[in-house]
Amino acid sequence: MKPSPFAWSAPTSLDEVLAVLAQVGDDGKVLAGGQSLLPMLNMRLAAPAHLVDINRVAEFGYVRTTDDAVVVGALARHAHVERDEPAYAVQPLLRRALQLVAHPVIRNRGTTVGSIAHADPSGEMTAVLALTGGSVQVAAAAGRRTVAAADFFAGPLESTLAYGELAESVTFPAFPPGSGSAFVEVARRHGDYAMCGLGAVVTLTDGVVTAARAGYVSVSPTPLVLDLTEAVRGAEPSTAGWAAAGELAAGQVDPEPDIHATADYRRQLVRVLTARALAEAAGRAA
Amino acid sequence: MTEARHEIRLVVNGVPREATVPARRLLSDCLRHDLRLTGTHVGCEHGVCGACTVLLDGEPVRSCLLLAVTADGHEVTTVEGLGTPEAMHPVQQAFRECHGLQCGFCTPGFLTTVAAYLVDNPEPTEDEAREAVSGNLCRCTGYQNIVASVLRAAELSRDTSGQEVGEG
Repeated sequence: MKPSPFAWSAPTSLDEVLAVLAQVGDDGKVLAGGQSLLPMLNMRLAAPAHLVDINRVAEFGYVRTTDDAVVVGALARHAHVERDEPAYAVQPLLRRALQLVAHPVIRNRGTTVGSIAHADPSGEMTAVLALTGGSVQVAAAAGRRTVAAADFFAGPLESTLAYGELAESVTFPAFPPGSGSAFVEVARRHGDYAMCGLGAVVTLTDGVVTAARAGYVSVSPTPLVLDLTEAVRGAEPSTAGWAAAGELAAGQVDPEPDIHATADYRRQLVRVLTARALAEAAGRAA
Repeated sequence: MTEARHEIRLVVNGVPREATVPARRLLSDCLRHDLRLTGTHVGCEHGVCGACTVLLDGEPVRSCLLLAVTADGHEVTTVEGLGTPEAMHPVQQAFRECHGLQCGFCTPGFLTTVAAYLVDNPEPTEDEAREAVSGNLCRCTGYQNIVASVLRAAELSRDTSGQEVGEG
């Protein structure tokens, strides 16, 4: 239960980080909040030769908000994003989902960008990024690129970041006007990994549904977004409509069983939680 | 190969401390082994149990999920920094009054977590108190007396308001 030895460097600027990452190549691993990486090191599930600790890069610790997006820097802690009022005003699903990320003590340390780079399909932030149609700004010594959420996740715990690259920031776009959102999940204990969860967004125009979508947690190898509009398009919000959307969603997921829940149970959770989340989201749609 | 060692400086419970550690030294082990502050307990070492919780610049964090070298230059408050047997912290007083501990292994993590929580949430409801300790595991008490202790600590803190927590 102790990490194996590694070399460690603690650069203090973006340029230094990128220079070190370029130098160490496939030996390198970025350490931000460490709330997923340190358990993996302690249990020796991961043994990188060189840790590049970005905790001293003060310029990474920002949450910036524009009229239509929230941009989160590589060292912004979950707790910072959760409490940020301008971010809540522009994209309230962030706070709603963050309140379900582990426990407050973990959120004091863990970073939002780090949890996305970790690419865990049971992570709430990966689901929010996918549902908002967000993107990751990637920096390397050779230059920058922007990766859409749909292209960022390659598999469980696997992103399309290359060696030498840093996830420098993440952009969460706002939902269209007239939208409401919700995040619900079921876990064995509060703060545990969810057996199933989802973020939902419903858009109403003149009192009828014009869009209903959901982004799921823990039912797919990479973040899954389903467009459920066809079940409820043009209808006023109703319990029967949300149940139909839940049924539609349940037919489109193919969850894996594990020791926490069978595949059938997870599919049932998709059915029930989808209806619940869409109803809650619609209640918030203007 | 000899493992590289790094000199670090921490302010622990208000006292400047120095240590020379390999990069892989966890803050929990640095506190216990290098600085001989064994009040911080180590349970699971993967962030689940909460026994190792300390305050980093006043905020509760898992010391088993933080490298000592990352904490270089920062302030750490351990359970030893909360109070003394003669002048207990309100949270310590409350755990004593309400029998909020049995074997005591998990207690340092509860005390640091609750001390920081009450600074931000001085008047929790019972439900909020329960959620406040949901990231800390106790295998003895069944939690009822711990929740009672949180509520009692909030009362005691209000009685002695003005007492700052977490800056050692």
